[in-house]
Amino acid sequence: MNKPKKHIGESAAKYVFAICAAVAILAVCSITIYMIAKGTPAFKNVGVSELLFGTLWQPTAAEPSYGIVYIILSSVIGTGACILIGVPIALLTAVFLTEVANRKLASVVQPAIELLAAIPSVIYGLLGLMILNPAMYKLEKLIFAGSETHRFTGGSNMLSAILILAIMILPTVVNVSASSIRAVSKDLRAASLALGASKIQTIFKVTIPAAKSGIMTGVALGIGRALGEAMAINMVAGGAVNIPLPFNSVRFLTTQIVSEMGYAEGTHRQVLFTVGLVLYVFIMIINLMLQRIRKGREKNE
Amino acid sequence: MEYKSKMSIRNLNLYYGDNHALKEINMEIRPNAVTALIGPSGCGKSTLLKTLNRMNDLVENVRIEGEVLLDGEDIYGKEVDTTVLRKKVGMVFQQPNPFPMSIYDNIAYGPRVHGIKDKKKLDAIVEESLRGAAIFEEVKDRLKKSALGLSGGQQQRICIARALAVQPEVLLMDEPTSALDPISTSKIEDLMEELKKKYTVVTVTHNMQQAVRIADDTAFFLLGELIEFGDTKSIFSYPEDKRTEDYITGRFG
Repeated sequence: MNKPKKHIGESAAKYVFAICAAVAILAVCSITIYMIAKGTPAFKNVGVSELLFGTLWQPTAAEPSYGIVYIILSSVIGTGACILIGVPIALLTAVFLTEVANRKLASVVQPAIELLAAIPSVIYGLLGLMILNPAMYKLEKLIFAGSETHRFTGGSNMLSAILILAIMILPTVVNVSASSIRAVSKDLRAASLALGASKIQTIFKVTIPAAKSGIMTGVALGIGRALGEAMAINMVAGGAVNIPLPFNSVRFLTTQIVSEMGYAEGTHRQVLFTVGLVLYVFIMIINLMLQRIRKGREKNE
Repeated sequence: MEYKSKMSIRNLNLYYGDNHALKEINMEIRPNAVTALIGPSGCGKSTLLKTLNRMNDLVENVRIEGEVLLDGEDIYGKEVDTTVLRKKVGMVFQQPNPFPMSIYDNIAYGPRVHGIKDKKKLDAIVEESLRGAAIFEEVKDRLKKSALGLSGGQQQRICIARALAVQPEVLLMDEPTSALDPISTSKIEDLMEELKKKYTVVTVTHNMQQAVRIADDTAFFLLGELIEFGDTKSIFSYPEDKRTEDYITGRFG
């Protein structure tokens, strides 16, 4: 008598799971469709090359201009530079945690790095505003003393954004890299040491190369995090649309939307959706790369 | 007798924390011979092998007393550089563990670590080492391909070639055939016969037939003690100790 009841419970559970999974897929699909639908009309209204390669951003002028190339470049260069600074630091930290530090020290450093990930980005923004920007302003005054062409930013510039991003990606890259370094077989290390390699040689020539795909995953996640970050950058990067030079006030794809969506209308609004679409495409590319790395890793194993 | 030894182990005691893992070991290892260490699991034979190139240094809480001499010099001396020692005393592990890189780079790893950069020299070393490990003919057309694509037996011979590439004097082998099929095993055993012409080989094995086939000298261990050590033939034909006899006749272990 109990059997049919249990059977109903089983199949009901199956449906509940299926519905939950469907929600996730539906969300991804609908976001994609929505972004494409909302983000493409501007291409028609403004013109593809004018939009993507135009340098002038004057959405509210009498003769509006909607060039977003500087915004795209700011995001690309800002993310690239923060990766260049952040990844070596993160990798060495991961090596320190896994190969160098004794257990006691590692048990202090590891949670500290995990805490970094938990700090809301607005807090990073605040710190940048209070510490980084004033320091940058001093540097700016030193470098551009007497310059007539430089527009002073008070330290809110590209460089501040890059440094903040470099810190923000640390926990992601450190944690993923550290766990992939830990996963490298002890036998490989032993083989290297038994050949007379030193500990440092072993780390750089065997352990890190063997953990490469995991480290790449960490880097890809870091890129995703940096590309998608809006709040902290909005607070430290100034916010004028400019060529992405270190001491220029700049706008990223994310901050562009954040700062203008509130009042944008008509074509201006459409263009902001296009900015969102560009960001979405970047993020998708990064994630597809990530999945390929993971697949490659599974194959190797 | 003593002057003939390649390595001498004198009053060696080893502790893992409170565990007394090796007890008063004394052994002389002959040059250009194969010495087999046998005994049941946990008897300390692998541990002893690892004291010969100081791989035990990597284990936490390990304490070693006594002397291990290589050509008359204590390898546990204060001024000894373990990287130099391990260049002289190479090691092959139980599980084939090639690096996840090309066959060529696997073999060239050791020489490169020790500062050889010249491409021609490396090419020569790689070929010579692969020949030395009797695998050159099998892999010569795919030196640039990953070593992980090879079979287990081939991988183990790559690991032997890798160890030979730094031109060691002594080769330690930790159950090198236990993860291999019978055909690969016999290839490695034939190879060991060849290797002893140029190197001093010390191997751990839990396969007694293997010890009989390949070893000149055999040492039998039990619970961290060296029970009996001597010429392989006499150990297996006329064991002096009752425990050795029980072990080799399969009464335990």
